[in-house]
Amino acid sequence: MTPAPATPAAPLNVEALRKDFPLLTRTVHDRPIVYLDSASSALQPQTVITAMARYYETTHANVHRGVYATAEESTHLYEQARIVAGRFVGAPDPEHEIVFTKNTTESLNLVAHSWGRTNLAAGDAILLTEMEHHANIVPWLMLAEEVGLEVRYIPVDGEGRLDLDELDTLVSGVKLVGLSAMSNVLGTINPLAELTAVAHRAGAVVVADGAQLVPHVPVDVAALGVDFIAFSAHKMMGPTGIGVLWGRAELLDAMPPFLGGGGMILDVKLDSFRSAPPPARFEAGTPPIAEAVGLTAAIEYLNEIGMDRIRAHELALTGHALARLDEKLGPDCHVFGPPAGEDRGGVISIAYRDVHAHDLAQVLDQFGVCVRPGHHCAKPLMRKLGVQATARASLSLFSDEHDIEVLIEGLVEAGRLFG
Amino acid sequence: MADLEELYREIILDHYRSPRNRGELESPPAHRVEGFNPLCGDEVVISLLVEGGKLADLKIGGSGCSISQSSASLMSSAVKGKPLEEVRQLIHTFKGMMSIHGAQLGQDDEPVEAEEINLEKLGELAALQGVVKFPVRIKCATLSWNALAQGLDEMADQAS
Ligand SMILES: Cc1ncc(COP(=O)(O)O)c(C=O)c1O
Repeated sequence: MTPAPATPAAPLNVEALRKDFPLLTRTVHDRPIVYLDSASSALQPQTVITAMARYYETTHANVHRGVYATAEESTHLYEQARIVAGRFVGAPDPEHEIVFTKNTTESLNLVAHSWGRTNLAAGDAILLTEMEHHANIVPWLMLAEEVGLEVRYIPVDGEGRLDLDELDTLVSGVKLVGLSAMSNVLGTINPLAELTAVAHRAGAVVVADGAQLVPHVPVDVAALGVDFIAFSAHKMMGPTGIGVLWGRAELLDAMPPFLGGGGMILDVKLDSFRSAPPPARFEAGTPPIAEAVGLTAAIEYLNEIGMDRIRAHELALTGHALARLDEKLGPDCHVFGPPAGEDRGGVISIAYRDVHAHDLAQVLDQFGVCVRPGHHCAKPLMRKLGVQATARASLSLFSDEHDIEVLIEGLVEAGRLFG
Repeated sequence: MADLEELYREIILDHYRSPRNRGELESPPAHRVEGFNPLCGDEVVISLLVEGGKLADLKIGGSGCSISQSSASLMSSAVKGKPLEEVRQLIHTFKGMMSIHGAQLGQDDEPVEAEEINLEKLGELAALQGVVKFPVRIKCATLSWNALAQGLDEMADQAS
């Protein structure tokens, strides 16, 4: 671990940080791994792996039930994770407002299921964007099919930003606005605070998909003004199997349970039940305890480095990568999304000549380069962009200029192979 | 990059660059069937025209990666004009080749014994053999074959 930064803007010592990630020491096809798929799932620093192992070695017991020492300790660790996760996104009241789920997808389904079924009725309109991940479209379409909703979309413009020209018309009368804080295909960081203000004036509740933004950019839900935000531990260097939903206390309080079972009730009779207050109301069954411990360790790792510095590093490296791709490959290489800048994260979706993304990724794999080919679970957006698939390279705090050079080397080879 | 050369053989790249039997047949009389690979968004649209127990004509549409598209093109050359029995046999043999080395195939496929797979019978199709070393790509290679099998089944159902 690097010591706490002297100033927030101090550049990262990437070479030292890379040593924190055991997986980066392995080779792939006899070449050092070049991991450019953090948008899909991030790698874990040793501290996260160790924290989880230590938990299993020394503490594991189910939470909220036992009175013995290890049960108390594991309950404490689990509840501590709630506080840590809440503080990480500026939640005013983490103890009540942070719900642990399986992942972003489950968090968004929870909102659609519990908030949606209670607050939306036939004929109501909701507003999403064309750049949503399927996780923030399909739960709403399922609800729309069930109760009969009108689903509107904010379009995406030629540069990969939201086209807000018709926003006033689109937002008028909607009860909910669901939008991605940062696109997992374009890297676009949406103006969440402005959009939320507009949505609130129209009387809508705002649910933000923070899966890509929260791991890479400092986030403060109070400043953004959103009503819900969802994110996944595994994209922020924590383990798989745990996700977060932050929601405004008054909204959560008024929502019915999601799944039913143990842990989410106050009392159960043969013919009725009373549900517990949030967040327990939304956490039926044994939760991901070791994963919560891992999430705490991941957030501590990120905090110790500093989200400002991480963002500055990734912003600079995105600019460098886009410039190098252009310099070396010219118009053969098309990168989707806005130019590098404050409104763009380190997600670089590439089309190279007319080599299919799957073939690009296959050739890159031979160079040890991990990128993701495909539609990135954003088929409506891909249709809009007029492509079936892109090869997506995504940056992390441990990414460096060398990674970009290897990426380019692989792209050149793919170009040669496919003529 | 020896593995890559094996995957992207010259025949495969040739069929990818200049796909055979591209297009669509008027339907009806042709039967139209689609295949999707949800993993990467590859899609294939096959029009089949059966006459006198033979696959008199077929055309391939859709788009996707080099493996899915070349496999469809190679398939179209191999099955066009063949008696349906022979087409089904070829599907079986091809899918057998894709399942050796313990690779996974579709859910309801019968395992094919290695001895049954006569690579000579596959002719040019044997060029796709390199795919089995890349398990994720097997779905790309079998996409059009599964669609063809589905189309033949649908036509048989309609006829009965
Ligand atoms: C923007 C966005 N939303 C939602 C998801 C879904 O995340 P998860 O698979 O962790 O539920 C992802 C990740 O794939 C994403 O990038």
